[in-house]
This record gives sequence, C-alpha cells and structure tokens, in this order.
Amino acid sequence: MKTQWKIGGEAGFGIMTAGQIFSKACTRGGLNCFGYTEYPSLIRGGHNTYQTTVSEDPVGGPMRMVDVLVALNKETVTLHSEELSEGAAIIYDPDKVQIRPDEAAKAILVPVTFSKIALETAGQELMSNNVALGASIAVYDYEIDLLLSVIKDQFRGKGAEVVSKNLAAARAGYDYVRQKLPGPYKAKLVKTKKAPNMLMSGNEAVGAGAIAAGCKFYAGYPMTPTSSLLHFMAANERKYRLVVKQAEDEISVINMAIGAGFAGARSMVATSGGGFCLMTEGYGLAGMTETPVVIVMGMRGGPSTGLPTWTEQADLKFLLNAAHGEFPRIVLTPGDMEELFYSTMKAFNLAEKYQTPVIIITDKHMAESHASLGRLDAKAIPIERGELASENTAGYKRYKITDSGVSPRALPGQPGNIFVANSDEHDETGISTEDSGMRIGMMNKRMRKLQHAAKEIDGALLLGPKRADITLVGWGSTKGAISDAMRLLEAEGIKANHLYITAASPFPAEAVGKALKPRKPKLMVELNFSGQMASVIREKTGVEIKNRLLKYDGRPFYPEEICAEVKKVLGR
Amino acid sequence: MINPQSLNSGVFPNWCSGCGDFTIFASIKNSLVKLDMPIEKHFFVFGIGCHGHMVNFMKAYGFEGLHGRPLPVAEGAKLANRDLNVVVVSGDGDAYGEGMSHFMHIMRRNFDITLIVHNNMVYGLTIGQASPTADCGFRSRSTPEGLIEHPVNPIALAIAGGATFVARGFAGDPAHLTNLIMEGINHRGFSLIDVFQPCVTFNSVNTYQWFRERIYKLEEKGHNPADKIEAMKRALEPDKLPIGVFYREQAKQYEEQTPTQKSIVKEPIETDISELLQSMR
Repeated sequence: MKTQWKIGGEAGFGIMTAGQIFSKACTRGGLNCFGYTEYPSLIRGGHNTYQTTVSEDPVGGPMRMVDVLVALNKETVTLHSEELSEGAAIIYDPDKVQIRPDEAAKAILVPVTFSKIALETAGQELMSNNVALGASIAVYDYEIDLLLSVIKDQFRGKGAEVVSKNLAAARAGYDYVRQKLPGPYKAKLVKTKKAPNMLMSGNEAVGAGAIAAGCKFYAGYPMTPTSSLLHFMAANERKYRLVVKQAEDEISVINMAIGAGFAGARSMVATSGGGFCLMTEGYGLAGMTETPVVIVMGMRGGPSTGLPTWTEQADLKFLLNAAHGEFPRIVLTPGDMEELFYSTMKAFNLAEKYQTPVIIITDKHMAESHASLGRLDAKAIPIERGELASENTAGYKRYKITDSGVSPRALPGQPGNIFVANSDEHDETGISTEDSGMRIGMMNKRMRKLQHAAKEIDGALLLGPKRADITLVGWGSTKGAISDAMRLLEAEGIKANHLYITAASPFPAEAVGKALKPRKPKLMVELNFSGQMASVIREKTGVEIKNRLLKYDGRPFYPEEICAEVKKVLGR
Repeated sequence: MINPQSLNSGVFPNWCSGCGDFTIFASIKNSLVKLDMPIEKHFFVFGIGCHGHMVNFMKAYGFEGLHGRPLPVAEGAKLANRDLNVVVVSGDGDAYGEGMSHFMHIMRRNFDITLIVHNNMVYGLTIGQASPTADCGFRSRSTPEGLIEHPVNPIALAIAGGATFVARGFAGDPAHLTNLIMEGINHRGFSLIDVFQPCVTFNSVNTYQWFRERIYKLEEKGHNPADKIEAMKRALEPDKLPIGVFYREQAKQYEEQTPTQKSIVKEPIETDISELLQSMR
C-alpha cells in the first residue's frame, strides 16, 4: 500500500533531520519512498514540514493525502487538517498542542507527551522529535530496529552519549504508543525482502555523479536550492582529491570554473536563477573559447528573489537563450535522482567531447527532496575526454576548422602546443580576427558541434503504454507526479502515457513531433505561468498543445491534481 | 631557450605609436627571458581593453577573457595546475572598475599569481572616458564638465587588502619595470604591479612629462618594504608618485593549503565511489 507520513513544526525543531531519518528507516526496509520538505526562507520560527511518501511500488513524489501527521506545534494541525485521509492518525504532544474535535473529525488522536518523555529519557527537550519518530514507527507497526540503526548512524560522529540519548528517546516514544495507545491504526509499513535502498537528495545525486565522472574542481556561491551541493562537494573534497572553492560571487564562480576547465580539470558549478543571471556572460565565454564546464541550475520561484525555498520550472526559456550571441548550448533536463546521477556523468563527457558548456536543469523539488534508489552503476557511463592534442603537435591549431566542429584540445603547460584562447572572434590559432570568411567559418564550426552532440542525446522518451487515451507532456521534475498520476488513472481505467523531455537543447524535435499525434488528446504539465516547454515544442515542431495544466505557487504537482485535469480534458 | 623574438607571435602590435603598452609588453618579454623558465610553464590571462590586445602579440599560453574577469580565470587555472606561472595582464578599468571585487578578494587569498595593471587613467579602447583612476576634475567625453569622483588608490587598497607584494612601475622606465615584474613573478604569493602607462591619444593630462615630474623611486629614498605603515604613508602621499616596491611579506599561498597534495590535473580521473554510495544506505 501507499501511505504518506508528515511532520510539521517550527524551523529549528529538527524537522528536516527527523524527516530524513524516517525516510531512511523506510529505505532500509527495502521500501520505496520520496521525502519532500517545505520551509520558509528563514532560520528560526516559521512553519516547516517534511513528508515521506512510502510504498512497495515506485514512488514518484508526494501526494495530497496524509495518513500519519506528526504535529510538533499547533500550526501543523491547523494548516494540514484538510490533508488528513479518513482514519488518519495525528501524533502530538497534549502538553503543548490542544486539538478541537472539529479539527480532526476524521482522524484518530495519538497523544504522546514528547517533551516529558524526552526530558525523562534523554534529559533534553530537543530530543522530542526522536520520541515522535519512535511513536510514528509504532503507529505504522513498523520495525523499530530499522529506525534505531538509522539514528545510530546519523549521530555517530557526535559521540556515544549523544547516540544513546537519541536512541533512548526514540525507543521510549515507540514503547509509549505500543503500551498505552496500541491502535489499531489505518496504515501499516511492512519491511520487504529486498536489499536496503539508498536515500539520496537530488543535490547528492548530482554530487555523486560528478565525483564518479572525475570532477576535480567545484566552485560555488551559496544559493538555495543548490547550497547543499556545495556542502556535499566540500565534505568530499579531501577524500576524493578535489578542489572546492566558495568564491566572492557567481561571476567569479563561473570564471574560476572556466579557468580550471581550460587548464584541464573537469569543472562544475551550481547555482539558482539569480546566480545564473550573473553567470550568463561567463556562459558565453565558455562557448566562445570552447572551454568545457558543467553548470547545474537549480530552479526556484522567480523572478528576482522570488520564492527562494520553493520550486518552479520558469527558467527554461531563459536558460535556452542565456548569454548574448549564438553558440552551441547543451541543456539537459533530467527528472529524478537516478537521472540526475547519470545525466551529470554524461554532462562531463558532453562538455569535454564537444568543448562547450553543458547545463543540467534541476529544481528545488529534486535538489532538496530525497528519493530511494536501488543501485547506481557508475561504470555505465565511461569517462570520455574527447579529442586531446598530443605534446609537440607540428603546426598545432587549437581552433582548427574540422568536419565535426571539434578541434583537438591542448592544455597550458603542455610542451610544444602554445596557443591563445580568445573571447574575441578568432582564427584557427586563436588570434583575434574580424575577417568575414573566418567569422563565418568559426561560427559554422562551433554550431556544427551541436548537430553531432544531438546524435548521442536521447532528448525524449515515451513512457507508459504506446497506445493511450491521453498523452501527458512534461519535462524535468514533473516526471514523478506524472508517473504517479498514470498509476492512479490506470486504476480508474484510463490509459495515459507520458512524453517526457530530457533535453531542451539540442531539442528532440523529431521524436517529440512523432509522439504528438494530431487528434490525440494531449495535456502539457508544467510548473510555470506561460507554458514554456509548450512554447518550445510549438517553435520546434509546429505542434500546439492547447490543454495546459500550469502551476506557479511554488508547490510541486500532486498526482491527484493531474488526474482531475485529465478527466476534465477527456470529459469523464 | 627563450629570447625576446621567440615571444612574438608574428602579429605586430596595433597600439598607438608612443603608447605605454609597448614598453610594458617589452618589459614582460624581457622578464621572461631573464627568468628562463620553459615557455609552456607560463600562462597569461588578459582582460579586455587596449592591454588585452597583447593576447595576439605574445607567443605564450594565453587566455583573453571578459572585461573585468581575468582574475577568477587565473585563480581557477592556478587551482587546477599549480605548476603554471600564472600572470594576469589587466587595465585600470578592467581591474579597478568592472573587476574590483575580484581584485579585493584575490588579495586576501594570496594565490601565487602576478597581476600587472596598465594604468592610464582613461578608457582607451572605448575612445576616451574617465577610468576609476582618473583624477577629480578630469575632462573626457563622459565627463565634459570634469569628473566629480575621486580616484581609486590601488596601491593603498592592495596594502590594506592583504596583498603580499605591492609595487608600481612606469612605462617610461622599462628597465626598472622589468625588474619589478621579475620580482613579482619570483615572489611566492599574490603580486600587484600597477604600471603608469601614458595614453598618448585620449589622455592629454597624464603624459610622460606629467609622470616624470611627479615620480620618484622608493628604493632611492631608503624605503623599507617590510614596513606596512610606512608603505601605506608612501601610497597616500598627496603630490608625489612613488614607484618601486611599496610592500612585501612572506605568507602561505592559497593553493598550497588546499587538501589536495598535488595539482588536480595530475590526479587520476577514474574515481571509485562505491564507499560514497554505501554511506547513503
């Protein structure tokens, strides 16, 4: 069965840590899950939530209805009572939170004195969320040992005393419910016989993919939602022999990465829309000098500072057109943690083979959520460094005009291949030129690279049944909600498939055009105001998708919303 | 073997006749000859401005980046391959205008990078506007009634900002400038060499003659470059323009303090992440 657990409280209560621990306790039991967090842009106070959607079947993302709600404050009950499913459990501290009968008409109340139990067992009120976690496991009739093993690993670095206090608090919460409030409760979690899954955030998936791909240089400037990628890379700097540099601004970040990439290190940066605005000139510089660099662009609600801690897909057209002038822009749009891992590995190959910047678009919904993953095989994407010049190449020309558009790359420090790179238009040796013929030759050479890159980028996939009542069209992180919606629709006898776009440039025009059959119902599903991908599809294929489900309140799609819209379109 | 001719790309410099850039170019080449390192070990990063045209004239590994941004490119290259001798050639608009924040931040990092700034107090390539180092009252196409702002003092900023080698040269004295550039490159840490470079086309105020009337050599006045307070006093002198080494100290270089033992371009690229993945279970 599929169930959703949600915990809410003030910032500073440890909501995110508790949520991750709960998710991990699920993945260690071989279950699939997706952990999603909502929080305002501040450090203390405000309302924070983390919800874990769990099933034995694949889970694409959060759903609307909650079966177990852990309320660390009153606001959690007030704000989320409408999400409670029939017979849902509310676990709360009766000493802190009073619940009126009308607020929880459909729910079963599970009063557990978190604070009191935390003080008695661990001597610290701060441990309340561990009590709540233990109580949650009991309500789900799940395995307490799985929770305890995660807690042990989570706090190992903080010493034996901290570990034992956390364990005692969790155990006490579990025992309290088992002994005093044994249920029965609606939802159960059952450990499977499958091997434990991994639990990864989108940022961790990108980071792990980058390290596996031999990324040696990472520069960043803190910005939600990619700050935790900076933290991840910094934490792994010594072990994996990288250089991680926090720079003074995003302009410096991209230029440093270009310097490192030019010198021969696989380089990556990450930012969000505002930071990328500052990077755009550097983005064009990488294109002009044919310097490989990987740019991770984590979207959030815009414009300007916008909705800093919420999700959106409104930067697509900006990213497809960022920086002045024309150069080969490769823009990948992976849609889940597994794809983020492989796309990142692939991005380094593309950047070096085609000697051009590669953008990976992600968003807050992937970057900061957690998903279960079975196995990742780093060997599936072997490292390809592209054409490199050998030392002392006679008559070496760094920007030699070739059929593929790719010219063998030399690196500073290499004997005998001296050349210059130039942000001005240049000739084959890198010297500035304004000659008409050379300009045309160089533009054509650079742009040819995109045609060749297109051959190895599968930019569109048709997921689900080939013949369907409706085709849902999406890109990036809506993949999860759309696949969850397809499962729900199937149960109701509606066959839907999913035209899923994984690269926005080079655009898979042929595959998309072929999949979008005339007279077949279609629904574009996007997290933006204007239907940006729908507009790109129309530009590239001539197909106009009139039915559009658009959302721009910072929240991801719930599968229920997509189902409702599908029924509306189909008139059912 | 490097000789001055082997450092010419074959493209003849297109600077205005009499431009200070010629002697700065010559001084850089002379210093490379005297340093006698293998030519491929040098990596020059240029900004945008008249100075940046040097990318076309000099035969050495070079990268002409964006206006104001040569410093972070140089930092990235140095972090990737610390065996390179990284030299940034920039201008007053490039380093002290558009790129001011990079200028301030590179100094507190002490990379072993040498920054040579062509300082002519005017924007030459965009045909004559006031630059960040132009004097108050300077009349130009963008300031027909005279500049209201006061000039940036790069030497004082560098001393306060943590640069470990701060010097100034004059394009009218290439022998002196050659020595400064050699000292800057030999200095282990960040070096600033600000160079007075008369613009013969767009600056009729700060001419060779004007500079000659105001400059003096610090070493001839018994200045002690280890004395930071004294260096700052010299940098703030109102009417005279000292040249030579203002300040010098030895401090740890940034790139030697990163966790990697050697240049990352020399690290094997194949990486086993199975332990990392295991930690996520």
